[in-house]
Amino acid sequence: MHPWQAPVRNKLARNPVTRRASRRACKEARQLELSGGEILIQSLKEEGVEFIFGYPGGAVLHIYDAIYQQNSVKHILVRHEQGATHAADGYARATGKPGVVLVTSGPGATNAVTGIATAFMDSIPMVVITGQVGSRYIGSDAFQEVDCVGITRPCVKHNFLVDSLENLADTIKKAFYVASTGRPGPVVVDIPKDFTAPGVTTTFDYSAPVEMRSYNPPSVGHPGQIRKAVDLILSAERPMIYSGGGVILGDASEEFRQFCKKLEYPVTNTLMGLGAIPGTDKQFVGMLGMHGTYEANMAMHGCDVLIAIGARFDDRVTGEVARFCPNAKIVHVDVDPASISKTVTVDVPIVGEVGQVLVAMNKLIDENVDSIKREAVGQWWAEIEKWRGTNCLQYDRSGDVIKPQMVVQELWEVTSGDAYITSDVGQHQMWAAQFYPFDKPRRWINSGGLGTMGFGLPSAIGVQLAYPESMVACITGEASIQMCIQELSTCLQYDLPIKIINLNNRYMGMVRQWQEFSYEKRYSHSYMDALPDFVSLTESYGHVGMKIEKPGDVKSSLEEAFAMKDKLVFMDFITDQTENVYPMIEAGKGQDEMRLNPAHGRELA
Amino acid sequence: MRHVIAVLLENEAGALSRVSGLFSARGYNIESLTVAPTHDPTLSRMTIVTTGTERVVEQITKQLNKLVDVVRLTDLTETQFLEREVMLVKLRAVEQGRPEIKRVSDIFRGRILDVTESSYIVEITGDASKLDAFLNAVGKDNIIEVVRSGATGIARGEKSLKV
Ligand SMILES: Cc1cc2nc3c(=O)[nH]c(=O)nc-3n(C[C@H](O)[C@H](O)[C@H](O)COP(=O)(O)OP(=O)(O)OC[C@H]3O[C@@H](n4cnc5c(N)ncnc54)[C@H](O)[C@@H]3O)c2cc1C
Ligand SMILES: Cc1ncc(C[n+]2csc(CCOP(=O)(O)OP(=O)(O)O)c2C)c(N)n1
Ligand SMILES: [Mg+2]
Repeated sequence: MHPWQAPVRNKLARNPVTRRASRRACKEARQLELSGGEILIQSLKEEGVEFIFGYPGGAVLHIYDAIYQQNSVKHILVRHEQGATHAADGYARATGKPGVVLVTSGPGATNAVTGIATAFMDSIPMVVITGQVGSRYIGSDAFQEVDCVGITRPCVKHNFLVDSLENLADTIKKAFYVASTGRPGPVVVDIPKDFTAPGVTTTFDYSAPVEMRSYNPPSVGHPGQIRKAVDLILSAERPMIYSGGGVILGDASEEFRQFCKKLEYPVTNTLMGLGAIPGTDKQFVGMLGMHGTYEANMAMHGCDVLIAIGARFDDRVTGEVARFCPNAKIVHVDVDPASISKTVTVDVPIVGEVGQVLVAMNKLIDENVDSIKREAVGQWWAEIEKWRGTNCLQYDRSGDVIKPQMVVQELWEVTSGDAYITSDVGQHQMWAAQFYPFDKPRRWINSGGLGTMGFGLPSAIGVQLAYPESMVACITGEASIQMCIQELSTCLQYDLPIKIINLNNRYMGMVRQWQEFSYEKRYSHSYMDALPDFVSLTESYGHVGMKIEKPGDVKSSLEEAFAMKDKLVFMDFITDQTENVYPMIEAGKGQDEMRLNPAHGRELA
Repeated sequence: MRHVIAVLLENEAGALSRVSGLFSARGYNIESLTVAPTHDPTLSRMTIVTTGTERVVEQITKQLNKLVDVVRLTDLTETQFLEREVMLVKLRAVEQGRPEIKRVSDIFRGRILDVTESSYIVEITGDASKLDAFLNAVGKDNIIEVVRSGATGIARGEKSLKV
């Protein structure tokens, strides 16, 4: 029996209400009389939910009782509600299925807010169920009452306050539908306690399709616009393909790869788009943006046609908007009309699902392959290769302190590039993105939009549960890991053999780097004093801890850790405190004004 | 530029706060906002008056459309449309001021709804500029209290905003 399985109880046989119901069900076209708690669980079952990540409390006790009496939906008990949301989020990012969270009212709901906002910013499908005080106490400052719908409104795709037992199933169904269609996002369902009470039942029927006249996400793009886009794409002499999280979220990497292969144009990905095309592919020029590669940013700056697919022109990508791609005509494919021409005006917008639009574009390209300007593009490639030749990610490997970049490179070697990598936020996150090329989508799990420290470990829980046989590593920093360190306990309870790669520079490195560059090295409160001994901390949680201090030990210790297939191993790498993330585009600078690693002997490119 | 946006939205608890929250969260201007249920009680009709550059107004309409409770919307300023607002003004009305105020309200096709020895309540209907003009005409010194409904708008001709 798996540790998440509660002892089997056959509710149907025992509860007189449902037994009556089940008899009637045979007669009346399979309709069940269920309590709200049971309806919730049945609905989750209908949605194919494997895991609920949650934490109990007064307002959800009826629901927890319903969970106890069944076996099909597994509950994962976290140690903090923020952990529940990140774990569900990690599960969703890795699988594409909505992650499900269950928390109690009041503090349970407020603790979940950071994770909800994290998912919202990165368009991750999630259904978050929050308990609420009894419906007749709402608004009375009842015990553990917060206005959950009000608090979460600005950071959800949509939210619901369930208004009756009769509407519960329908609301859950809508929540899953809204969360997972169009531009995905978290949906909160706030359920007053009285609507989940045992003994108060209603007919459960989940068969009706969702109908929402006010919500119709677009699917196919406008054929005329697609035609126009392809004409522009084929006319390019200095083209650039810039893809983002939308290709991953839309499960369209296959169509995207075909698109790239047909055109043989250079490709860059945003932080959220990594893995859409193999990171090791020749056509891939690396990530773009603030910490993107020299070649990617220079090619963006110099291109004549920019093909933006499922990316949202974030400020980390554009730098100073006025100086962004000054010579380019821009095609933009996005399922959310509001992403189009939000910060950068585009020439050919296409609103639609990236997969469907790419299929249509691929067909048109096939019909017109001969019009691709191969020669001009060849010259363009030659220019890009020169930029690539600067080898902008190169770093000083000499010396006897461990370089954080080297740890990530060795991790890639030891895992054959085939691990799921989650990360926290900071320098280590950027090094993970730069030095662990992802060959597949949904392998790189990180908080880009909100940049939430504390995301790494709990999200790894969600990933490891989804793929128990796969290697899952969390690349973190000594500051970030402490924001959700309590989840080590969850990892023990559910036997999750996550490998934690702590790039321990004894600094909030990202903050320190900005202070070095912009505040004349006044390191105000970015030093992590009084750190715990991570090895014994991990051991006290029942896991294996390792401390690695010499560059020569990096690879062997990684091999040793990954050989412990059924153990969580916390690897505390004591790394160079002074290392910075390069290249870097500083605030207010253009894409072509990167600061390169001093190892290159020049500051500005 | 001033824009008048008409919105049909689900008549659900919280729908209004989604709209007003959107405006405050994204820093959009909001000059007035009116809302009430329509002849179909499941739908509310809202009129929003806002100002902004074309880019901002485009974002406003897109972001409004994105709200799950919003069924349909239109920027009335892109077509011929009618705009009406109701204003009730309590005015000081004494001595020679009384006939003067009566005269001014007649010119503005106002109606006097309430009379005391020292005050009138005048109802004026029109677009925002007419209401402003009336307030100017009666003069600040005579105004005791003003309440304006905010603009309501509807497209002229065949065009309509419906489900
Ligand atoms: C410390 C730090 C440093 C960072 N540095 C960088 C950096 O150097 N470079 C960088 O790129 N980012 C960086 N980021 C991340 C950055 O903040 C943004 O999160 C990221 O750039 C956004 O990626 P995206 O444009 O792919 O959009 P996402 O947030 O992934 O949005 C996806 C877009 O695709 C659309 N979409 C979704 N589904 C579909 C579909 N099915 N069909 C069509 N469209 C769809 C959505 O509407 C949306 O517009 C950094 C973050 C942190 C925390
Ligand atoms: C919850 C939260 N608080 C603050 C920040 C701001 N911040 C960004 S990176 C960073 C430092 C991270 O330090 P560490 O985890 O040690 O990573 P390093 O940069 O050293 O690799 C901080 C404080 C944040 N992103 N998230
Ligand atoms: Mg650090």
